[in-house]
Amino acid sequence: MNQTSGKIAGINGNMITVAFEGAVSQNEVGYACLDDLRLMCEVVRIRGKKADMQVFEDTTDLSIGDTVEFTGELLSAELGPGLLTQVYDGLQNPLPRLAEQCGFFLQRGVYLDALPREQKWSFSPTAKVGDTLTAGETLGTVPEGIFEHRIMVPFSLPGNWKVEKIAGKGDFTVTDTIATLSDEQGHETNVSMMQRWPVKLPIQAYAERLRPEDTLVTKVRSVDTFFPVAKGGTYCIPGPFGAGKTVLQQLTSRNADVDIVIIAACGERAGEVVETLREFPELTDPRTGKSLMERTVIICNTSSMPVAAREASVYTGVTLAGYYRQMGLNVLLLADSTSRWAQALRETSGRLEEIPGEEAFPAYLESVIASFYERGGIVRLKDGSIGSVTIGGTVSPAGGNFDEPVTQATLKVVGAFHGLSRARSDARRYPAIDPIDSWSKYPSVVDQEDIAFARDIIKRGTEIGQMIKVVGEEGTAMDDFIVHLKGEYLDAVYLQQSGFDPIDAATDADRQKTVFHVTTEFLRTPMSFKDKEEARHFFHQLTQLHKDWNRASMEDDAFKEIEKKLRNLVGEVSTDE
Amino acid sequence: MNKLYHKVDNIAGNVITLRAPGIKYRELAEVTSRTGTSLAQVIRLQNEEVSLQVFAGARGVATDARVRFLARPMQIPYSESLLGRVFTGAGKPRDKGPTLHGGEVPIGGPSVNPAKRIIPRNMVRTGIPMIDVFNTLVESQKLPIFARAGEPFNPMLARIALQAEVDVIILGSMGLKHDDYLYFRDTLEESGALSRSVMFVHTAADPVVECLLVPDVCLAVAEQFALEGKRVLTLLTDMTNFADAMKEIAITMEQIPSNRGYPGDLYSQLAARYEKAVDFDTAGSITILAATTMPGDDVTHPVPDNTGYITEGQFYLSGGRIEPFGSLSRLKQQVNKDTRDDHRVIMDSLIQLFAGYRETLEKQTMGFRMSKWDQKLLKYGQRFEKEMMDLSVNIPLEKALDLGWEILADCFDPMETDIQSDVIEKFWPKRNAKDAEEKESGEDKTDTKKPATKDEKPEQDEQSNSDKDKE
Repeated sequence: MNQTSGKIAGINGNMITVAFEGAVSQNEVGYACLDDLRLMCEVVRIRGKKADMQVFEDTTDLSIGDTVEFTGELLSAELGPGLLTQVYDGLQNPLPRLAEQCGFFLQRGVYLDALPREQKWSFSPTAKVGDTLTAGETLGTVPEGIFEHRIMVPFSLPGNWKVEKIAGKGDFTVTDTIATLSDEQGHETNVSMMQRWPVKLPIQAYAERLRPEDTLVTKVRSVDTFFPVAKGGTYCIPGPFGAGKTVLQQLTSRNADVDIVIIAACGERAGEVVETLREFPELTDPRTGKSLMERTVIICNTSSMPVAAREASVYTGVTLAGYYRQMGLNVLLLADSTSRWAQALRETSGRLEEIPGEEAFPAYLESVIASFYERGGIVRLKDGSIGSVTIGGTVSPAGGNFDEPVTQATLKVVGAFHGLSRARSDARRYPAIDPIDSWSKYPSVVDQEDIAFARDIIKRGTEIGQMIKVVGEEGTAMDDFIVHLKGEYLDAVYLQQSGFDPIDAATDADRQKTVFHVTTEFLRTPMSFKDKEEARHFFHQLTQLHKDWNRASMEDDAFKEIEKKLRNLVGEVSTDE
Repeated sequence: MNKLYHKVDNIAGNVITLRAPGIKYRELAEVTSRTGTSLAQVIRLQNEEVSLQVFAGARGVATDARVRFLARPMQIPYSESLLGRVFTGAGKPRDKGPTLHGGEVPIGGPSVNPAKRIIPRNMVRTGIPMIDVFNTLVESQKLPIFARAGEPFNPMLARIALQAEVDVIILGSMGLKHDDYLYFRDTLEESGALSRSVMFVHTAADPVVECLLVPDVCLAVAEQFALEGKRVLTLLTDMTNFADAMKEIAITMEQIPSNRGYPGDLYSQLAARYEKAVDFDTAGSITILAATTMPGDDVTHPVPDNTGYITEGQFYLSGGRIEPFGSLSRLKQQVNKDTRDDHRVIMDSLIQLFAGYRETLEKQTMGFRMSKWDQKLLKYGQRFEKEMMDLSVNIPLEKALDLGWEILADCFDPMETDIQSDVIEKFWPKRNAKDAEEKESGEDKTDTKKPATKDEKPEQDEQSNSDKDKE
């Protein structure tokens, strides 16, 4: 193969202009050579014989005339057994091994293999010699932690392939040949357990895409009950700083009812990643009893790491998610935060001197965001099994104003919107998901009619609350006052959830059904009180007791006892019958 | 082989361009003209055209200025002898001491591998109850102080510097008034803390490009001390000036502005500095406190807004006091469980009651009737403001917690505070009514009301739910 190379003709920040000879493709990866360092970069624009490339590293010391080698490949991720439990940077460098090699700091120009090359995996073939397979169909499996990791026909092989040779049961490394395939013309190709896939292209080696219909239980009550997420769906969490976006995502990453969680920490605080990094290995996954880390991959490109790799990190994340979906698994990708990625696009666009759109974001922002979220979805694979990728992205709108371009572009393409409000977080009402502005198009774990009723109470309760502020309690009618208190009660005991109490923090679907049913029953009960003081006192008591209920395990007797007490309490003031 | 050039093609703002081959990106150069010599840094290369940012400003630079390239990026000499010294943003001595040489370290170095960080675990004691009790500062935290111009954030920084238990203090100032610089220097000197401090001072009168260098220089030095196992506190004042300097340069370079004229990479630029805050696995730590003035007291202004997304909380300084609402230390729960058993309880209860006080104040101004409970809250709020919030209060954490209980006991009955009964049992000050009365009249001269006797159940704040900080 004829390798194209070029010379640097201009440098501006992390953007270099390269004069090249030969053929170069858009988004091709190249390396800028600085003495014996090779700095990875990517073509973002070609004009005549000059290519503009964004460098994934610091460009200090590069000079005009330095050589750039083109690889002919697009930016790709390594896919194969050994991805789980890893902590990668945006370019899929394993950070712990990088630390072993380079110490405290991230040295530029050091790229390590994403998958350990020396580790052996015990392979069991499922395909036989003579079988005809297409891309994404299974050749065999290896156990990876708690999962059966499918070794598939590489996604990049088009058409039908006949199995010429396949390895028997045995231990192999990811680079060993495990099968030889031949296409219809008889060209042979060797396949190992590892394949590479360009991160910016979706993996589509499945039979068909289905509609997301099953609720993905996150164990956050206000999400599952009021603003549910579906397996294979997409949702976004915009919110001002301090509203608890990251905490909400951390809770979801721990409790969500999925097989695999991929956390793409994109341009956010390093400290938060460190918490996940240090705590996950110690926490147990309630579903499997194993460490939570065994179902997790972390891709972290924190805010101080090179900007160009920030964009790569979300794509790397979604590519890994798509890969595991091909094994019939349910994958959740949490991207925190997509605004930082959009800002990276803005920086690149600015350096290319493109004509800016709104707030200087590039005009293609919306289509880029849309095509990213479209990589989520639930699919039926060629063998009939179902896999899904659910994408949840946080958005950090400037000034907490949801009218800005990134939030608006995201809202157009997601199926659920969990808007966090400053007012709620200031009042320490967590999770701060705004119960009035948020929405979801997916089915809830509880009955739709009850939800409509409960939402109405919250809405009216809030309106009355605002009125009380103006006219005072004296000027409020008793009935209205009770609606207000009911709204506050529902908020306090159901929407709000303590992240510290292990039982309250994770409410599963069954419990949500039971508790929500009882709660709406109370809300429907007509009540009468002597005066407002008595009403307030009653709801205070009810809230207190209900909170104890939230902290009691459903298996305990206490759960039943408190339920009875609650019913008695409500019975005393009920005017029914 | 230092290359020498004599022809400057363009001069715009603080950026000069000339033709020179073989220059490296970010290389330093010395620009000499009749008005003096200044360092300059390569900020753009286009074929053979080199754009240089002149640190001392391009004013007086002639088209025949002598430009000598130094073949190295910006560095700062690092050694123990930095301690006690004052430098400019470009690293030149500002005191009368000698120029330092040797041990050069590059500034703006690579970021720390997240795998080498550890979860912060040590509290930094400041003696300010609003910080120690309510929003504890934690080693390796990065926290801005949001304030309007004119708020006393510099005295507050100075006080924290003096009282915090750290090994090295690094002060970086950007666009500081000269008087404030002298204030910092004198305060550190008088208290004897100067010998463990290094100051990099850019005053409002100095060239704007040097302002850009201050945070990088400070943090490069801080990083070296931290790698030697030292606990370093870095104070930066004021980061809004830093952002404004960036804006100025970006506009001169004809970059497309994004929001209110600030460059599109404002977030990344600020984050690159703040993220230097670190607790190293097996070495020291860097804690960053940075004053950020909010133009027009507007927290949605791009600088405080982007800062808030980067830092681990924020202190709001308003009316000369740290505002309890809005101020937040995201790391406090890492440490406040190990201080004293009652720390979290006092933290939550005092703030909840203070929120009640603020509501009552609102009601009062709107002319609603004050109930007995309102009277209690008013009394409590005034004491809280005077004895806890005032910035002049200087007591260790334990004393502050005790004081919290005293104030509670003087104003409320135990059951009115919503505190769990076992905690009340253990910590509620035990005294008879007479003592309380005496104590109160001694302490609180403005409020002569009798201590409230047990009366009807107070109006409960309907939001008195578990007010736990989940941040």
